[in-house]
Amino acid sequence: MEYTEKLLEYFRNPRNMGRIDDPDGIGKVGNPICGDVMWIYIKVGKNEKGEEIIEDIKFETFGCAAAIATSSVITELVKGKTLKEAEKISNKDVVEFLGGLPPIKKHCSLLAEEGLKSAIEDYKKRKRE
Amino acid sequence: MIYMDYNATTPTDPRVLETIKIYFFEKFGNPSSIYKIARENKKEIEKAREKVAKLIDANPEEIYFTSGGTESDNWAIIGTAFALKHKGNHIITSQIEHHAVLNTCKFLNRIGYEITYAPVDRFGIVDVDFVRKSIKKETILITIMHANNEIGTIEPIEEISKIAKENNIYFHSDCVQTVGKVPVSVKNLGIDMLSLSAHKFYGPKGVGALYVKRGIKIETLIHGGEQEKGKRGGTYNVPGIIGLGKACEIAMEEMIEEMEKVKNLRDKLEKGILEKIPEIVINGHPEKRLYNTLNLCVKYIEGESVLLNLDFEKIYASSGSACTSGSLEPSHVLLACGIPHEIAHGSLRFSLGKYNKEEDIDKVLEVLPRIVEKLRKISPFWEKK
Repeated sequence: MEYTEKLLEYFRNPRNMGRIDDPDGIGKVGNPICGDVMWIYIKVGKNEKGEEIIEDIKFETFGCAAAIATSSVITELVKGKTLKEAEKISNKDVVEFLGGLPPIKKHCSLLAEEGLKSAIEDYKKRKRE
Repeated sequence: MIYMDYNATTPTDPRVLETIKIYFFEKFGNPSSIYKIARENKKEIEKAREKVAKLIDANPEEIYFTSGGTESDNWAIIGTAFALKHKGNHIITSQIEHHAVLNTCKFLNRIGYEITYAPVDRFGIVDVDFVRKSIKKETILITIMHANNEIGTIEPIEEISKIAKENNIYFHSDCVQTVGKVPVSVKNLGIDMLSLSAHKFYGPKGVGALYVKRGIKIETLIHGGEQEKGKRGGTYNVPGIIGLGKACEIAMEEMIEEMEKVKNLRDKLEKGILEKIPEIVINGHPEKRLYNTLNLCVKYIEGESVLLNLDFEKIYASSGSACTSGSLEPSHVLLACGIPHEIAHGSLRFSLGKYNKEEDIDKVLEVLPRIVEKLRKISPFWEKK
């Protein structure tokens, strides 16, 4: 399977790229030796119901086109969502959004999910401290 | 379109195409038949054989036509292993061979042969001393490529073939990247068997040859008719073989001039990239390198993402990262050169050829720095200045 048009579009024009200078949580996942690293930054705020939401989210990624596109997609999928909703987002949602992913690149979508979860974990940990 | 992947394949020279067109319909005869249109084709096949022989300084009866570089490599290596199994089961090769050699050796290993893989230095030069020391009484073959397809490093095969000869061991060389690009003389290089492929030097795909020096005995792999003195069966690929001959003839006449021109373009590209983009690692040997090849690592980003961005601009290059070829491991060649994994992932290969122009280089030098900057901006490892 080849890259979908949608994936190439997200790779070409990634959304939410860059870093947040004063983040509430950071998820750092992947390994440069394997060729994929994602850092996800989140800023957490509250909606009118008083629920915690992902107010802002950005990513930095070292990796192939699939790694860059999946990082971008996951940030777009959860931006503005409550933390509870965001935690339910999985790699399957990312793959579905992109209209598929070559099997050999599946780990990229897993990394994106892991990166988001790790950023939320980091936020919760900071809050406890 | 800007094509800079000539080490992968080349466009067929229009003069080659013109020469072979007639052999598909009008002159379609099977050279092994006895009537006129067949006999005429047989003659043309023999003319092509002479042209191939001339290009590599061999005799026509030492040239065997095959389906390409991969078949030639398989035949030389397995053919030797089977022919000399009474003598020994040990083969010496290098860590940076093409997969046509590496996977053939792996196959032989599975059926009981022992393979030694010689290491290379930072520039990709095979450790000749290691080769010498690896020889034992069971060693039947040394196979080392002439120039590496990814990084372009030219190996000291003259020295290695001498060692092989001193020890009465066959020496094979995969010369797919050098024949037609640089002068190759099997006599001066001391080669017993040589693989070559037409489509790497403006000939058609699906045809190549194996040179087997007179007196070298190897087992047949493709059993069939009496073609190629019964050593390689299968109906002659008439247009392919005649095309290969024509490509050899053109290379013979134009190679030297082309070397100069392409080298200038490659050097301009290399210099320009180093000037415009910080933190670039050039791979391969600084001087002992194919004049058309530029392999480099762009630190902090991954090769495939650069290639796809180049593709958006209709610039076609290649990556050693193998990411696109269904494997996630970086190039075995760069790893053998001691390049760390994370840097090897950022490898790019530009391999130039005779149809590249000055403007192509200018365009790449305009586009590539922008792409690298954009991707480095996304990379967590790039310190924003």
